[in-house]
Amino acid sequence: MDILFLLVPLSVVLAIAIGAAFWRAIDTGQFDDLEGPALRIVADDDSNAASRIRGG
Amino acid sequence: MGLAGGGELRAYCCLGCEAVSRSILGLGLEDYYRLRERPAIRPASEVGSDLASFDDAAVQEHFATTLDGGLREARLLLEGLTCPACAWLVEQVAGRLPGVAAVNANYTARRAMVQWDPSSVKLSAILEAIRRVGYGAWPYEEGRVALIESNERRTALRRLWIAGLGMMQVMMYAVPAYFAGEGEITPDLASLMRWAGLVLTLPVIGYSAAPFFRGAWRDLRLRTLGMDVPVALGLGVAFIASAFATVLGRGEVYFDSVAMFVFLLMGGRYLEFVARGRAAESLRHLSRLSPAGMRKIAPGDVVLVRAGEGVPADGRLESDAALVSEAWLTGESRSLPKRRGERILGGSVNDGSAFSLRVQRVGADTAIASIQRMTDRALAERPHWVAAAQRASSMFVAGVLITSALAGLAWLAIDPSRALWIAVSVLIVTCPCAFALATPAAVTVAMGRLARGSFVVSRANAIEALASATDFVFDKTGTLTYGRPRLTAVMATGAMPEAKCRDLASAIARLSSHPLDRALACAGNADAIAVASHESVAGSGLQAKVDGRTLRLGRASYVAELSGKPVPPVWMDVQDSIVWLGDEEGCLACFRLGDELRPGTRSAIDALHAMGIVVHLLSGDEHPVAARIAAELGIPKVTARALPELKQRYVRNLQLGGACVAMVGDGINDAPVLAQADVSIAMGSGSDIASLRADAVLLSDCLADLVDGLRVATRTRRVVRQNIGWAIAYNGIAIPLAVAGWVTPLMAGIGMSASSLLVVLNALRLRG
Repeated sequence: MDILFLLVPLSVVLAIAIGAAFWRAIDTGQFDDLEGPALRIVADDDSNAASRIRGG
Repeated sequence: MGLAGGGELRAYCCLGCEAVSRSILGLGLEDYYRLRERPAIRPASEVGSDLASFDDAAVQEHFATTLDGGLREARLLLEGLTCPACAWLVEQVAGRLPGVAAVNANYTARRAMVQWDPSSVKLSAILEAIRRVGYGAWPYEEGRVALIESNERRTALRRLWIAGLGMMQVMMYAVPAYFAGEGEITPDLASLMRWAGLVLTLPVIGYSAAPFFRGAWRDLRLRTLGMDVPVALGLGVAFIASAFATVLGRGEVYFDSVAMFVFLLMGGRYLEFVARGRAAESLRHLSRLSPAGMRKIAPGDVVLVRAGEGVPADGRLESDAALVSEAWLTGESRSLPKRRGERILGGSVNDGSAFSLRVQRVGADTAIASIQRMTDRALAERPHWVAAAQRASSMFVAGVLITSALAGLAWLAIDPSRALWIAVSVLIVTCPCAFALATPAAVTVAMGRLARGSFVVSRANAIEALASATDFVFDKTGTLTYGRPRLTAVMATGAMPEAKCRDLASAIARLSSHPLDRALACAGNADAIAVASHESVAGSGLQAKVDGRTLRLGRASYVAELSGKPVPPVWMDVQDSIVWLGDEEGCLACFRLGDELRPGTRSAIDALHAMGIVVHLLSGDEHPVAARIAAELGIPKVTARALPELKQRYVRNLQLGGACVAMVGDGINDAPVLAQADVSIAMGSGSDIASLRADAVLLSDCLADLVDGLRVATRTRRVVRQNIGWAIAYNGIAIPLAVAGWVTPLMAGIGMSASSLLVVLNALRLRG
């Protein structure tokens, strides 16, 4: 069980890292619009200009 | 503003962005809108830290008005309000400044109205005072509202995440301690896990729970007791005791309870935040339509309103014809044709081709701004029961603190190890916010719902009074009827030819705003006639001097009084309104005016009867007319020939008999009677909305909306009672249980969050 002496501090560091990642995600606006991206998938996109701009 | 482009109607925050958009569309690059990941950055409208700029008169024109007496009034946007007590605090702090006449803040809508004397205090000083207590304060404008809401939402979400993460991790360290047998965990490992728990609970207490500590500190500094105080105390004691236990190596550790409690509180707050946003949303739809950004228009200018654009100000049509939609006013999206010279209100949408408008009123003077002000005033005013609830909640918190201390002391004698945690549980489980939140939440949501039904509430007490109304008194002309009587017949009864009678009548009638007189004003050609002097007797008619002759225009008895001769028996039992013209020698002519009933009136009256309401009709008109309308509508109680004093006395008699009276009138001519009634409702169209003196305005003029409004008011009262009942029941059960030691800190946290959430959700039911 000695491994726990390593794992417990490691988990603290990991938790802080995850917290930092979520902080950044919120700051960059990932959580601002929770419905839009889901709807965008089903929106029609007929324009050829779009694919031209994307280079594909 | 809206712009039709690429097949879509878009809204822009300012002219600059609209111009950019037009260039983008003009170059054929509509795809930009489809492909971009998020909306473009909106420039902040005002330099944030430069408060002095708000004192500038030109800037103030857009959010402030000047009242009679020289006071200025402005709408403010508040940031950082976390509970209704915060709104109360803002009022106290700002209200204490010398020169501030009144401050009213609303928690749910984040708005405040402030009236101040510009010669004694500057607006920037008021904003500064509010900021010093820890809240943001800005002049109210749409762009900033979105910015502030977005910031507040993100912060709330951040706090929630940190608390959730901390809670889950700390639980993982705490669970082994619960399940392990004696000696299975070495002291070293136990200590390590406790320290890990401490480290991960620190950000939870320090960041996520920070608002509670700040709020409690602020409350104590200002010598008030808000709900933050017991929460901060409970959290602080629990954390410090656990920290001591960790450092000293003995005793119980409750980091998991602390973290979970903070998570639940933040969760409740976040959901409440979202709910508040939705409640305020329906009230804001009016603001959104209000044309902001048009800073250069002045009355007298001629403006071009393009197709699809919003009309920027109140004015008269200069072009020959136009098609507009007044959906914001009437709720109908039908396009209305307007002819040259007709009035077009700011906020309407141009449904046809471009037209020119001669501006009459801008900014804060427009009809739409007046309606917003009415709504603001209602939002800002505190119905008397809410003020009482605030005071009660303060005493309640004091009681909670005392109970907690006593419980702790008592348990010290019985079982010292539990004393601390029982005291903490008592602090946490109680929820005075259910009291303070119950009624404001319901009233604010109800007002939004009513506004969507074209029923604009201008006084906060209106909803409760409306719900308790037992009698409805209707005025006839302009309320039940269109108020636009038409001249149907003229008969000359004296020596003067009919044409001359018409001319004289129209010259005199022009001086009055009564609907019957307005119809007469076009009866003849009044240009050649000069009226030397005039006076009007309310309810009876007008007296004027023309060419040295004294004339009277009005009710038969009033006109006959001048000559002393009786009125000729003409049209005695006709059921239209009759107006007489007479001079000192006798009656000269009589005019017959017909008025049309509004559609849907009968079904509205029937609905009122079905609800058990007694309906009355009070009319200044003659008896046959009033009786006919009453019979047509099924109104049992009719009073005709009612002069204003009589109307007022009638209402007062009803009130003395124990009735709660709602009066429906036209808002301008009936002002004194409306003031006498318990709740007054004015018909909104056609009149100068800014001068209406009623508790509520029926914008659509449709009586069915009145009945709908009454139903919403009754439901609101029921929801308020449910909320208060729940608050009492919850606290009544939870506190004894906590004192008895049956509530763990964890259960206390869940209970408190769930209780306040329940109250807000119950209020949200009113949106339907």
